[in-house]
Amino acid sequence: MKKCRRCTKTATIHVTEIRDGKGAAVHLCESCAREYLEKNAPSEAALAIAGEVVEAVTEADSAASTVPPCPHCGISFAEFRENGRFGCPQDYAHFQAELLPLLENIHEDTQHVGKQPRRLLIGTQDQARLVQLRSAQREAIEQEDYEKAARLRDEIASLEARLKQPVAPTN
Amino acid sequence: MLNPQSVDNETWLSRLATTSGEWLRGDGPESDIVISSRVRLARNIAGFPFVSRASADIRHQIVQLAQESLNSAGQPARRFVNVETLSPLDCQFLMERQLISRELARSDGPRAVVIADGERHSIMINEEDHLRIQVLHSGLALEECWKECDQLDDQIEASVPYAFHPQFGYLTACPTNAGTGIRISVMLHLPGLRLNRDIQKVNNTAQKLSLAVRGLYGEGSQALGDFYQLSNQVTLGMSEPDLLGHVQRVVLQVVSWERKVRETLLRDGRGKLHDQVARAFGTLTSARTISSEETMHLLSIVRMGLRLGLVSNLDVGVINELFIHTQPAHLQKLQGEELEADRRNVARANYLRQRLSSSSVS
Repeated sequence: MKKCRRCTKTATIHVTEIRDGKGAAVHLCESCAREYLEKNAPSEAALAIAGEVVEAVTEADSAASTVPPCPHCGISFAEFRENGRFGCPQDYAHFQAELLPLLENIHEDTQHVGKQPRRLLIGTQDQARLVQLRSAQREAIEQEDYEKAARLRDEIASLEARLKQPVAPTN
Repeated sequence: MLNPQSVDNETWLSRLATTSGEWLRGDGPESDIVISSRVRLARNIAGFPFVSRASADIRHQIVQLAQESLNSAGQPARRFVNVETLSPLDCQFLMERQLISRELARSDGPRAVVIADGERHSIMINEEDHLRIQVLHSGLALEECWKECDQLDDQIEASVPYAFHPQFGYLTACPTNAGTGIRISVMLHLPGLRLNRDIQKVNNTAQKLSLAVRGLYGEGSQALGDFYQLSNQVTLGMSEPDLLGHVQRVVLQVVSWERKVRETLLRDGRGKLHDQVARAFGTLTSARTISSEETMHLLSIVRMGLRLGLVSNLDVGVINELFIHTQPAHLQKLQGEELEADRRNVARANYLRQRLSSSSVS
């Protein structure tokens, strides 16, 4: 993710300046962009455009929060942004599009290199199902629906038993 | 329970209090400046929500799973400590020894720590992630830390599947740890750089190199006693050996920077430095009441003076031990009773006078 040309924040507005027929990209954060647009085109029309641009960016930001919550743990992207912590491993895939720019910003990379688990992983679907069952179980207990909780407990146990079958190591 | 334990946790913790702990043993490469090296791996068990979304029941299951995986036959004795039922004093005690984090000490619900191999290995269960596997060595020994941490990780993973994604690596509650999940940190003693005010430059340089500088107890803590932790911030997109090499290179640069500053201080202001060391020593050996913060500050100056030959009849091991024994929880464990701050300060001053009575400033 590009850094703002004027400060250390992340650039969210990308302007192409055209001078003498040549285009040059300028990357700015929201507050520097306001200043930039005011300074470069101090007319009312331009300010109105600046306002619209900033609004559009803010909307794009909030678009991320309109992604439905994770079906496995129930966390919303807004909640994650507030606490900085995900609710379950499946969030990485569920919020992938919103997460990628964040990872780029933190690590300047989005692809893991290095150690990998030595044994076969249990399938992503089974992992997701387990998280889902455990969330449902928690809810059932909270609602004191112990019959449902017991059913879910049995389902979790049978899935776990299946997953505990010996797996061949990958290396 | 893990391996049969000959003594209960209470007795074991009280015995620990009388020793200095791995991180302040004070030996190993570059130990005049590098206090200790640490590698920790953040891991989560597949199929479970992360700790913040896990019910007490699930957290309990995670503690059990982790405990079982660490309990395999033929392993050296490991001590399992249930942090949930530990007194606040014992929590702080383990934190002072760098065996648990502030977060684990202060959170609630089912959580635990497994301590092994002296105090070199500690595995926190239900901290921010299900597992935080940590290996600590005295001095600059990052390779050894990584090797042991890697082995512990393999051993746990043999019985517990980890949450892993081919693109994002080991999945952690916070994406700042995703990928390798590794945090490599080195505790440095930098009184010279603080005295000549270059410490801010160290901070800025480290940040430019994607390293964080933190205080004694990690994130958000103060640099008490001129102890600074240098650690990697990037965990995704670089392999563990590359990250280790990067941290090691920067640490060696800071070490030679600190040495140069100490030489300059000694050359240009020997008298002034000698005076500072003597005053620090004087206060430590004559105060009747003293806070933990002041003690750390003064011990730091004396430790540097000792390394520069300005103090005699004093072993650096004693100073290292005093750093930890004068911490609030350690002091109370050693006194065998809980003490309010005022009484602690008096007890601390007594303890210091007694331990330093046979030493002098040259």
